[in-house]
Amino acid sequence: MITKVLMPKLSDAMETGKVIKWLKKEGDAIKGGDVIAEIETDKANVEIEAFGSGVLRKIVVGEGGQVPVGDMIGVIADPADDIGAVASAPSASAAPAPSPKGADAPAAAPIPAMESYRSVPATNAVVPMTPMPAQAPGRDGRVKASPLARKIAAQSGVDLRVLQGTGPGGRIVRRDVESAATAPRPAAAPAAVATAPAAPRPQFVIPGRTEAEYEDRALSPMRATIAKRMPLSKAPVPHFYVTSEVSMDRAWGLRADLNGLEGQPKVSITDMVIRACALALLKNPGVNAQLQGDKLRIFHRAHIGIAVALDEGLITPVLRDCDVKPLAQIAMEARDLAERARGGKLRAQEFSGATFSISNLGMYDVEEFSAIINPPEGAILAVGSVLEKPVVDAGQIRVGRRMKMTISCDHRAMDGAMGARFLQDVKRLLEEPLRLLV
Amino acid sequence: MASQSFDVVVVGSGPGGYVAAIRCAQLGLSVGVVEDDRPGGVCLNWGCIPTKALLRNAEIVGLFHRAEEFGITVGEWKADYAQAIQRSRRVADRMAKGVEFLFRKNKISLVPGSGTLKSKNVIEVKGREGAQTLEARRAVILATGSEPKSLPGVTIDEQRVISSNGAVRAEARPASLIVIGAGAVGMEFADVYRAYGVEVTVLEALPRVLPVEDEEASAQISRLFTRRGMTVRTGVKVVKVAPAADQIIVEIDAEGKRESLAASQVLMAVGRGARTKNLGLEALGVAMERGFVTVSPTMETSVKGIFAVGDMAGRQMLAHKAMAEGVVAAESIAGRSPRPVDYGNVPSCTYCRPQVASIGMSETAAKADGREVSVGRFPFTANGKAVALGETEGFLKVVADKRTGEILGVHIVGPEATELIHEFAVGRTLEATLEEIIHTIHAHPTLSEASLEATLAALGQAIHI
Repeated sequence: MITKVLMPKLSDAMETGKVIKWLKKEGDAIKGGDVIAEIETDKANVEIEAFGSGVLRKIVVGEGGQVPVGDMIGVIADPADDIGAVASAPSASAAPAPSPKGADAPAAAPIPAMESYRSVPATNAVVPMTPMPAQAPGRDGRVKASPLARKIAAQSGVDLRVLQGTGPGGRIVRRDVESAATAPRPAAAPAAVATAPAAPRPQFVIPGRTEAEYEDRALSPMRATIAKRMPLSKAPVPHFYVTSEVSMDRAWGLRADLNGLEGQPKVSITDMVIRACALALLKNPGVNAQLQGDKLRIFHRAHIGIAVALDEGLITPVLRDCDVKPLAQIAMEARDLAERARGGKLRAQEFSGATFSISNLGMYDVEEFSAIINPPEGAILAVGSVLEKPVVDAGQIRVGRRMKMTISCDHRAMDGAMGARFLQDVKRLLEEPLRLLV
Repeated sequence: MASQSFDVVVVGSGPGGYVAAIRCAQLGLSVGVVEDDRPGGVCLNWGCIPTKALLRNAEIVGLFHRAEEFGITVGEWKADYAQAIQRSRRVADRMAKGVEFLFRKNKISLVPGSGTLKSKNVIEVKGREGAQTLEARRAVILATGSEPKSLPGVTIDEQRVISSNGAVRAEARPASLIVIGAGAVGMEFADVYRAYGVEVTVLEALPRVLPVEDEEASAQISRLFTRRGMTVRTGVKVVKVAPAADQIIVEIDAEGKRESLAASQVLMAVGRGARTKNLGLEALGVAMERGFVTVSPTMETSVKGIFAVGDMAGRQMLAHKAMAEGVVAAESIAGRSPRPVDYGNVPSCTYCRPQVASIGMSETAAKADGREVSVGRFPFTANGKAVALGETEGFLKVVADKRTGEILGVHIVGPEATELIHEFAVGRTLEATLEEIIHTIHAHPTLSEASLEATLAALGQAIHI
């Protein structure tokens, strides 16, 4: 039996994948379920398993090769099978030639560079109208948009690449461009904060400068995904924000007590916020909701995405079923997810399917911020640092620990009071933190 | 009382109903269709199809009159109107049988009789063989269409005062005819009767014939009809229609002056009204607006589970719009999420000679919409194929947005206008601009070159004029 090894689709947003490493060589015997290669997606590195058994007869896409989802990257077959027809059949796209076995060829990886556009056909010059806007190159970067949408985009300065089309097959049509042209521009600040590597560089001596004033780097798959997805949220999703300040004195104390217990996992403030959100989401299903076309999808589980900052961007692994997990389990699993996220070792299903997300920038001394919703989710909670502050308590000023949190909600799916009630519940749970344990 | 149960019950089998029924069946739903006439509705039996057959006869008669122009000497010839009607009946019969075949093929049950909603999912059908009830487990689609309207105080007896229903059946033609209403129906019958030698007067209350069309199209058709010996009077109000001894008197008010016109027959073509009586809509509280059933973008009425499509659901009363709505209703019932009908992109067609077709906005409407427009026109006199055919009357006009090249509207008067319009229908669906049309190579010689040339003209680049 001949089995084609195809580039798997590991997340909804994944369009292409890169072969990082083949873990098997041509000629190696393969059993179904064997891990045969490592694939870099737009989000993480993922190991792929063989579906068929036999011998890895041919590596079609070598290490460093990047191909669209669904393209054949290798062939598994019995030693006796004639794989000539399969292996030589042109794939759906021109896959990069496999690199010689064992040789690293990352430099040759055909990551589309953003600055290379297809030039405008010369024949357009006779038309006394705005020329067609530049198109991203080739199959990977092709923007599906109607001619009219292109013209209006060119005239109103809308970047088609960041729009999500509502036409057939996701084609960008006139109304998409028109609504983007009139929508408020995405606020850059929160996103920048969320992704800042925050490495201080106290440099006073300017090291040797290059001739070029700047360089255009190809976007890493992750950066490209963030760049594509964030405006998809901020522009079409009408955000509103509700901020609340929580007294964290008791939570702080409880955490210290819990972490003093021997044999128990260490609990972070984030873990407590996750648990509080899970409980509050169950009580406020309207916030655990997302707009799905003409329907409102209300979730009966709390799968909570936790934003994890990485050097090259951020990723939001999903902690499933937080509504039924005790705090200690949340603490353990959240730590495991975050560590594997930083190591690029998440499995595909671990970064999709969140019903709600939390972004905590508390460790960066951020008092408060607001986050951008990660569609199709309906809301995200931005959590600031726990700060010591003068607080008024029964007419007396004393030092207390306070934490600010801001929920960003999709106003299409929910309203201000719903966000406020949810936040009130989270606040109550954190201010009476024993509730997190029962 | 006998009863049957279906996933979907469709009431009416015109273009809206039969298309909805077939699409439902394709999507795996069991379907019963209630029909009190032959399947196919007005369109196939009494409207679009038989009149197209009659217009073809009129066209051929017209060619006989022009035989000399082509160097053909014809001896004695006779155009028998009764046979034209008979031919049109055969055409209609064949198309209606086609619908019956499609029902059998898709395992759709035809239930003869007239249906009344007893509750939101129970329909009582009264037919010749008694009454029965149909249960609709998922949804009801109402598609009962429309019927000719008359003027207040004027009864359509189908003898002296006829509607399109009578005209399409009558094998005898009157010596003279007054057509009241210069919309598509009025103009098409005027054309047919005139070709068969009837003295035709067309009366229109609005300032121009084919009032929904672009003003230039109206003006051109008015001119051409007059040239063919018809009397066309616009801006006249019909005050009274009174049968006299052997003719019928139509009193009109023309700019304040009373006049009396006489003819042997009057064709009432003032429009059509939704057929919603005796359906049981009032009892169920189905919302109506100005006589039409109110529907959502998925064609659902105000009562969940009851859908309405076609003429009864308002907007353009056109078979092709009804079919599009039928598909949307069926897919929506089957749990798909269909794209709603784009009512701004429905072609409008009148099959008189020359034909008139349009899509989108007229030049006046586009300007009223605040658009800065560029307009391109191309006359068929400059089109090689039209000259070869000897069909040079008319023009093609493109109205575009000056800034973006968006095709706002296209208006055609001329040979096969109703076929030519679809280049622009597709173009508009795909949001093509003038540029995409001009970069499309049009075969030579074709009537379609007029589309290219008018588009070039809108950009100031026409080659052949």
